[in-house]
Order: sequence, then C-alpha cells, then structure tokens
Amino acid sequence: MEELIQFTLNGKPVQLRQDSDRMLLWVLRTDLKLTGTKYGCGESLCGACTVLVDGEAVQSCQTTLKEVQNKSIVTIEGLAQNGELHPLQKAFMNNDALQCGYCTPGMILTAHALLAEHPNPTEQQIIDAMEDNLCRCGAHKRIIEAIRMAAKEMGGQKHEK
Amino acid sequence: MKNDDHLDFDFTEGFIDSPLSRRKFLKIFGGGIFIFMTVGEMPAWAQEGSGRPSRPALPTDFNAFLRIGEDGRVACYTGKIEMGQGVVTSLAQMLAEELDVALESVDMVMGDTDLCPWDMGTFGSMSTRFFGPPLRAAGAEARQVLLELGAEHLKLPADRLAIENGVIYERANRNNSVSYAQLTQGKKIARHASGKVPLKSPDQFKIIGKPVFRRDAYAKVTGQAKYAADIQLPGMLYARILRPPSHDAKRISLDLAAAKQIAGVQVIEDGDLIAVLHPYPDVAEKAISLIKALYDTPTSGLNEETIFAHLLKVAPEGESVGENGNLDQGVQQAATTFEQTYLDGYKAHAPMEPHSAVVSVEGDKATVWPSSQTPFRAQTEVAKALGIPAGNVRIISPFLGGGFGGKSANRQVVEAARLSKLAGKPVQVAWSRQEEFFYDTFRPAAVVKIDSGIDPNGRIAFWDYHVYFAGERGSLHFYDIPNSRTAAHGSGWGSEPGTHPFATGAWRAPANNTNTFARESQMDIMAAKAGIDPVAFRLNHLSDEKMRRVLQTAAEKFGWKPAAAPSKRGYGVACGMDAGTYVATMAEVAVDPDSGKITVKRVLCVQDMGLVINPQGATIQMEGCITMGLGYALAEDLRFTGGTIHDLNFDSYEIPRFSWLPRIETVIIDAPNEAPQGGGEPAIVTMGAVIANAVFDAVGARVLQLPVTAQRVKEKMG
Repeated sequence: MEELIQFTLNGKPVQLRQDSDRMLLWVLRTDLKLTGTKYGCGESLCGACTVLVDGEAVQSCQTTLKEVQNKSIVTIEGLAQNGELHPLQKAFMNNDALQCGYCTPGMILTAHALLAEHPNPTEQQIIDAMEDNLCRCGAHKRIIEAIRMAAKEMGGQKHEK
Repeated sequence: MKNDDHLDFDFTEGFIDSPLSRRKFLKIFGGGIFIFMTVGEMPAWAQEGSGRPSRPALPTDFNAFLRIGEDGRVACYTGKIEMGQGVVTSLAQMLAEELDVALESVDMVMGDTDLCPWDMGTFGSMSTRFFGPPLRAAGAEARQVLLELGAEHLKLPADRLAIENGVIYERANRNNSVSYAQLTQGKKIARHASGKVPLKSPDQFKIIGKPVFRRDAYAKVTGQAKYAADIQLPGMLYARILRPPSHDAKRISLDLAAAKQIAGVQVIEDGDLIAVLHPYPDVAEKAISLIKALYDTPTSGLNEETIFAHLLKVAPEGESVGENGNLDQGVQQAATTFEQTYLDGYKAHAPMEPHSAVVSVEGDKATVWPSSQTPFRAQTEVAKALGIPAGNVRIISPFLGGGFGGKSANRQVVEAARLSKLAGKPVQVAWSRQEEFFYDTFRPAAVVKIDSGIDPNGRIAFWDYHVYFAGERGSLHFYDIPNSRTAAHGSGWGSEPGTHPFATGAWRAPANNTNTFARESQMDIMAAKAGIDPVAFRLNHLSDEKMRRVLQTAAEKFGWKPAAAPSKRGYGVACGMDAGTYVATMAEVAVDPDSGKITVKRVLCVQDMGLVINPQGATIQMEGCITMGLGYALAEDLRFTGGTIHDLNFDSYEIPRFSWLPRIETVIIDAPNEAPQGGGEPAIVTMGAVIANAVFDAVGARVLQLPVTAQRVKEKMG
C-alpha cells in the first residue's frame, strides 16, 4: 500500500511516498542511491544487507518500509562522522579484515550493534553476534581481531546505539 | 582501481577494428614516459601481427604498460582485475620499488578494455607469478630513462645521482635535484621494455617484501567501493529473467498476462530470453513471479550419490600425466597393496556478490560494467551477441565481490547486453542467490582411484593413480616412488555432453583439491598400515628439498611428536604443490564419539612461494584458503536430482562461519632470491586431506569421500 514513510537516515530526515511493503534494501540502494548496503541472499541468511535500525542490526532484505516508519537508520555510508572514520572502520582497515569487501558493510554494522550491547565482548560473544554474517574470502580471523581492536579503541564504554 | 577517474578521457579518434599503431595509441594519453611490456605469451593473433577482425583495437605487441605522467604519477595499465586477492596492492608495490617512487603515487588501472591491453583473465594464481617479473623490468627501464633525463637536466653523470620518492638528486648535494614530474613535462617517450636493465636485488628492497595494508580498504569500509550492481545509469532498468526449474527443463507453455499488468513493467520476449524490466529491482522481481510457465522436465535421476558410478561409466581413456619405473615390477616387490577409491562431489563457488552486469548499448557501441574475472572474454562475447565489432565494446571492471574461478563465464553480461539492446536503455542484470547457485560453473564431481603398495621395509614400491574428471592439476605426486603412473581421465570442464548434469568449471586451485585429498589420504593409509608416523613416512619418500623444508618447518612449529596413526591426538598432516608453491599443513581436530561431529581446533600452514612481494597480502591469502577450505573439507556438497539443483541458498548449502574458526597459524619460508610463485590458491589444496587424516588419527575412521561429514565419520567409526 502506498503511504507516507518517514525515518531518519544517517542523521537526516527522509520522507518517501512509497509502497510500504517494499523491502528497505532496494529502497536504500535504488531510491536513495546508497549502494553500500549489499544484496547477498534475499532471505536473511548472509548478513550482507545488514543496517542499523534504532541501533539494532537488521537484515534490510527482509525489512519492509512499514517496519522502519519513524525509526532511525544507519547504513555504512553514515558511520563516519565529519569525515572521521568510526573505530570499527579503522580497525577493519588496520587489521586487513576484508578481501573482496562485499560482506564488509554488513560485518561492520553487525559488529557495531554488538559493541553497543557488549562494549567488552568475549570471543564467544563476538562469534555469536557475527555467526550469521557470511564471508567467502575467509577474512573471519581478522574480522574478530578488528572487532577486538575497535572495542579497545572505544574504551570498552557503552556507546550510543 | 581508479576506473572512474578515466571515464572522462576523450576517445574522439574512435576505435577501429585493426589494432592501433603505437603512435596513434600514444595520442590518447598526452605526455609522459611509456614503457610497454609483454607478459608471458601473447595470443596467437597478436603474435601473427595481424589484427584479427573484431579484436580489441589496442596495439597487440604488448599486453601491459606503464606511464609516468606529467604530474609525476605512475599508472600501470593491465587487463588483470582485483577480486579481493590483493594484486592491486602487490603489483603496485613492485612498480614503486623498481621506480623509486612512493607506493601512494602508483595507480593501477585494471580491466578496462579501452585503456588496458588484452589479457586472458585473472585466475590460476598467475598475476604475481607471471606478471610480476616483466612489471618490475618495465619499472626498472622507466627508472633508467628518468635517470638519463635527470643526468642531462642536472648536467651530472648518472653515477653521481640517487633517486628517492620520484626525485633525482645529486648525492653530494641533495638540494640539486629534479623530480620525475619536472622531467616528464612536455615529453613523450615510449620504449618497449628490453629486459636489459638490471632489477634491484633483495637487499635493496624498500617496498617489496614489506607488509602493506590493502590499498582499496578505505573504499570498502565506507561503502564507496562500487561493484557491478552498484552502477546506476540514468534511465537504467533492472531486469529479472525467467528461469527454468531444472537444467533439463523444456518450456511447454508461457503466460505473460499477469506480469504485463504491473505498472511500468516492460516485458521482453526474445527467443529463449524472457525478461521483465522495471526501474525498481523489487518490482521486476514481483513481475517475474507472476509469469506462468509450465515445463516438461525429463531427468537422468542422477544425484550426489549416484554421480560417481556414472562418471566412471562415461570416463574416457586416461591420458598419461607422468610415468617412471616399471609398474609390474613394483607390484611384484610390494608386500602390502592398497586399492582405494576417493570421491568428491560438486562444490559451489558461492561468492558473496552474485553475478551482475550493467550494460548500456547506444547505437553500435556498448559500455559494460560486469562482475567478471575475464573482461576481455566478456568484450568478445558481448560483441558477438550484439553483432558489433569488439572494438565497439568497452568493458570497465568495477570491484569484484569474490571470484574463486566462478566469474569467468559471463552469462549475465550477455543477458544484460541483449536486454539493453532490446529495451534501448541501460540494463542491469543482477542474479538472485538462487540464480547464482543454479548457473554456477561448479567444481566438478570427481573420482580418484589409487592402487599402491609398500615393500616389507615400509617403502612405497608402486603407485598407480587415475583421476576421473577433476583434471590433472596436482595429480602428479612428488614422492620418491620407483615405479609409478599417473593418468587423467577427462578434464575438469569442457567434458562431453552427458558427463555432468550442469556446467562445471575452475574452482580455486582447480583439480588440485581433489587430487591432494586422494594422494595425501593414500599416503596416510600406507603409513598407518606400516606403523610409521605419517610425517616420517612422507620424509622417507621425499628428496625434494623445498617440500622437505616446508614439512619439517610445519612439524617443528606445530610441535609434532612422531606417532603412528591413529594416535588418538587428532593430528593430521598433508603436503601439496600448486602454482609453483610448496605447502605443508597440519591440523588438530576433536571428534565427538557419539555424533562423529568434527571440531577443527588448530590449523598450521607452511608455504614456500619464492619471493614474497607483500607478506601481509600473502598471509591473508593463506588464512583465506584455510578458512574457505574448511567448507569443502567439512560440509560443502551440492545436492541435486538430474538438472534440478536442491541447494539454492545458504540455509542448506553451508559455507564456513565464525564458529568454525580454528586457531590459524601461517608461516612463509623466506626465499627472496627465488622467483615469486602463486599465492591465491596453494594453501587451500591440503585442507581436505589434512582434516580426513586428523579425523583418522583421532578416532580411526578413514573417510574416503569429501566432505568429511559427521555422518560419514560415524559410519566408519562403526
């Protein structure tokens, strides 16, 4: 059903008159031209399309516009603040925690939600949080190291979701 | 890759079908110093010196070149592509080293068919191995030219000059200097690399051999990196294509009425190609689901269990890969013989980025952004599909979201090209995950039969090796065996129709995963029977110094204590050789006695790959190989009935996850004076065998089929 959808996207208000059953992934990529959020499986099985909705990591391929009405969305493009990369982005770079890079936005945003919940995550907490994010290049080891480094960098403090 | 930076080039000269003369070619680029190079063998049409019709228009007597521009920046133009393996970094390192410029001032322009000379594609761990040496030579040659110009400019003999960061200066007076940028101003110098300028020796290296972080990481952590499906052109339509339920299916009816009802949907029917186009991909997706089509689906009934008997039945005669000694004599000398059959099912590439392409056809020209390991092949295919000369097709290679051998066929590129022509608009074809699994060129199912024997002293007396349909890469053993024969029956792909139920193709280290699994399992079976430690058994049959060294290094770093298997420790070992690189891998596993479930606790891999350009990049490739290899070792096995594929997404086709991760250790042997060898594939080849051998060591269960699943372990445990 077409309706007026409003949400905050990377800190800025967005209004769309759209079919509210459309999936957020395609609206982000097509209507809003934010292609950092990737399609990987279409069934919430791989995590490539992960974005933050009110701080929670959700799979945008299975999230309708209706579900994000009046919510706050952060995509990979919105993580850096005033040109300053987020500690997770820096840590992924400094640990070479990526190869082809296709799963990277989803990995970083899933880790972001984890650190909001557990500022000092244990190895098991990292694995549990990241388990459904798939990477075919095999960067897993370095992704775990990057998340640890970012947690340390962020001082192990609770941060804003 | 800075393709976007070069989109504004003015190609008003137009490209003609026959190759451009070098003079004309140079016109495209303005000033600078150009060094042309020839890497490996040129394609036959180029060697003949005749521009084959419909070939790309670039000059054909070289296949890569570098340019030092008037701004002092260095650009390397190559048809290779970056797909995560890191050549965008390692190739730039080599160039920066020989040229004495900062790594940051080197741009890699890759996979653009208008700017880069012809290249066969990126696979086989060849970019660094074969491209590296001529690239370094070209860099050295360019440095020489600049040094001569600098000497002239400063009016000093070259031996009183030094170069650092693109600045030539007088050794005795550093302020007396001139930069590469100044020297190239208003000049146009072109040379073909002669190979006569000496390369730097390892003790002079400042950039080669030093760990360097990925150069494309910033773009990838900020979401700025553009993959093919991220390309959006004005007026572009997203296509969904009607797919059959099976590779065997024949369509018997078609009803497009409901799809046509959706506002804004354009339905295209062109022979076998039925597609819907819409400005939104999700609306196109909805429209395609409304098409009613009925199919007749006869099926061979072959499945992942029965495929092996079928393959043996249709296998052609073997072709000899290698022979030595006398097999009959060897059999006579054997006290114990071992006849085993090893099985390996189909594996999907499953890159995280599905196949995609954007094509814009305008008149008799086409511009293409594909996810492809073979941009020049895509160029030819698009030209053929559109009936235009290849020179009219420009392929621009965006970032590639994983390839592993699976992005060489370009089916989606041709689909997008046909649809763009028919729609008269730019079209994007981006496969769903289901299409990705359906149209994958799978790693072929294969069988290996080995008959071998040991003499009373525990020495291998003979080795008779037959591989069916994996291919011959990695089939030849490297052990000291007096009598042996190795034969390959059929290759990994391009087999006769009726061999495989669907397409097969190269999969990271093609054939070698299957071959190494079989060979190294057989070695362990013989060692166990002889009551000899599997590392000692291998060393007893190894005179190849490099292989001895990687194996001994692995044993030392792993803390391997000799014991005959099964020792109950869950230790495994496997050796392998791929793309010129030597690998020894050790693993520790735990096996649940009730379920047979395997936990891989530790994997250590030692590799001798000659000169290492970027140790950081090489290490990451090894880690990637080990992690990806866990998938085919433990879980990946495509399920199908005839041409119907049952595993179409990640819910049933399992690939490695974070919880699978063992402790991973990697060691690279320091060999700076040896030629660089392959790095993207070798470490994966040992993963099947090392897990199978470790499982045997843990619980005495010998699984002869990949993947080594809990169920198969349980069956063998009895």
